[in-house]
Amino acid sequence: MSEKPKVAFYWCAACGGCDEAVVDLAEGILDVVAAVDIVLWPVAMDFKKADIEARPDKSILVSFINGSIRSSEQVEWVRLLRKKSQLVISFGTCAGGGGIPALANEFSREEILKYVYETCPSNVNESKVRPGPTPVAHNGDGSALTLPELHEQVRSLDQVVAVDYYLPGCPPTPKIIAAAVGALLSGKMPPPGTVLSPDKALCDECRRKDSKPADLSLAEFKRPHQMHIDPEKCLLAQGLLCMGGSTRSGCEALCPEGNMPCTGCFGPTSRVRDKGAKVVSAILSNIAADEPEAIDKILDTFPDPVGTLYRYGFSKAMLRRKQDD
Amino acid sequence: MSEKQMQPTEGSKPKGFEPQIVAFFCNWCTYTAADLAGVSRMKYAPNVRIIRVMCSGRVDPQFIMKAFAQGADGVLIGGCHPGDCHYSTGNYKCLRRMRMVQRILQRFGLQKERFRLEWISGAEGDRVRAVVNEMVEQVRKLGPLDLPGKMKKLDEELAEHEMHVEPAREAAHV
Repeated sequence: MSEKPKVAFYWCAACGGCDEAVVDLAEGILDVVAAVDIVLWPVAMDFKKADIEARPDKSILVSFINGSIRSSEQVEWVRLLRKKSQLVISFGTCAGGGGIPALANEFSREEILKYVYETCPSNVNESKVRPGPTPVAHNGDGSALTLPELHEQVRSLDQVVAVDYYLPGCPPTPKIIAAAVGALLSGKMPPPGTVLSPDKALCDECRRKDSKPADLSLAEFKRPHQMHIDPEKCLLAQGLLCMGGSTRSGCEALCPEGNMPCTGCFGPTSRVRDKGAKVVSAILSNIAADEPEAIDKILDTFPDPVGTLYRYGFSKAMLRRKQDD
Repeated sequence: MSEKQMQPTEGSKPKGFEPQIVAFFCNWCTYTAADLAGVSRMKYAPNVRIIRVMCSGRVDPQFIMKAFAQGADGVLIGGCHPGDCHYSTGNYKCLRRMRMVQRILQRFGLQKERFRLEWISGAEGDRVRAVVNEMVEQVRKLGPLDLPGKMKKLDEELAEHEMHVEPAREAAHV
């Protein structure tokens, strides 16, 4: 029994969808549970931090960590897991590139805390109490009661600890999870640092790819609720902002299959250095206008540039966050 | 990250601040114009580091991000006038991309004077001088951007925690 490899799951700034994705393995999870001992899984099982601290270093075969890192507690946890694990796998797009929580990097910590705890219209907080490392209350025994500190920057997992492999996706699909677990248990892992999904653009596995015209010409960016979407034709050609061309494949084009444009949750391929800038390069050169004013008019229909271009990878943007210039 | 950052010039304190501007000039027009400025012995501010590209359409927006991330205070792109592109439409593609790049940079908090796109033909050596001088003065007024320094400072919040994480704890109750 005790010979079985130990596996840990942990979540940081995440929605829980990645843990849900593990459960989505359905009956496949039984094979996993039969092959390994789960030593930590906060969403499903009752283990404490002390249990992990008590383990010898490197005694866990692999820790799957999802969620981005934005508080002192999360930094503490992932450093602990790094120490106790042979392999750390970044699980899902938040751990991989910051994900949705990283869009907070468009604001300063002060702006966020001030709004959430003070100026938000539905708040009553006359003494302006904020959560943080300054004790605001005491435990029964008189010791200070503090909360973790929120960081200025939301980070991807590999910006805090070394990561061995990446499973992309929001969340990773059961298929790529099963493939990764299978490779792990059989000991046939690719070189460290690999993203465990094909290094090709999503268009490669999209059923609609043949209908993409050689020369796109975009006169307007439309949003899915503003139109009837042709279920056969390339979404970009229909004026929808489909990120498939700059997104890693592996999901089997789930969203385009469901008649929705790709939003880029599998992150970039290995050739891309800055996802947002690359999309600008690839797609926006096809705008159907040559004069600055006409171009601007089309760009005005582009919804929320930073939120769209860096939706899942803002932590990995080369400029990293909104700056005070 | 592992790549070498641009070396700050001697005494890059705001007082003696010398802006560093990365310029991408197209081979056929603006670079030729810079050449003309040179052979005509025109003098202009020495703060630009010119990178010759075959076409302004070759300037991937990632180049601009990288320049800023590694310490540039400004980025200037020079291409052929509309209609004059050696490859017929490269400068239009550049213009379309850069209108969005400008928007993104502002959302990242950068002042718009830090990024500029100019059409300068091979005959306009004097225009290179005027544009470079003007941009250097504008960026000088804005002061250093210093993204490498800002990023380094930002990551200090991680180091801080190292202290109250690392001390060995006794394994508490199980």
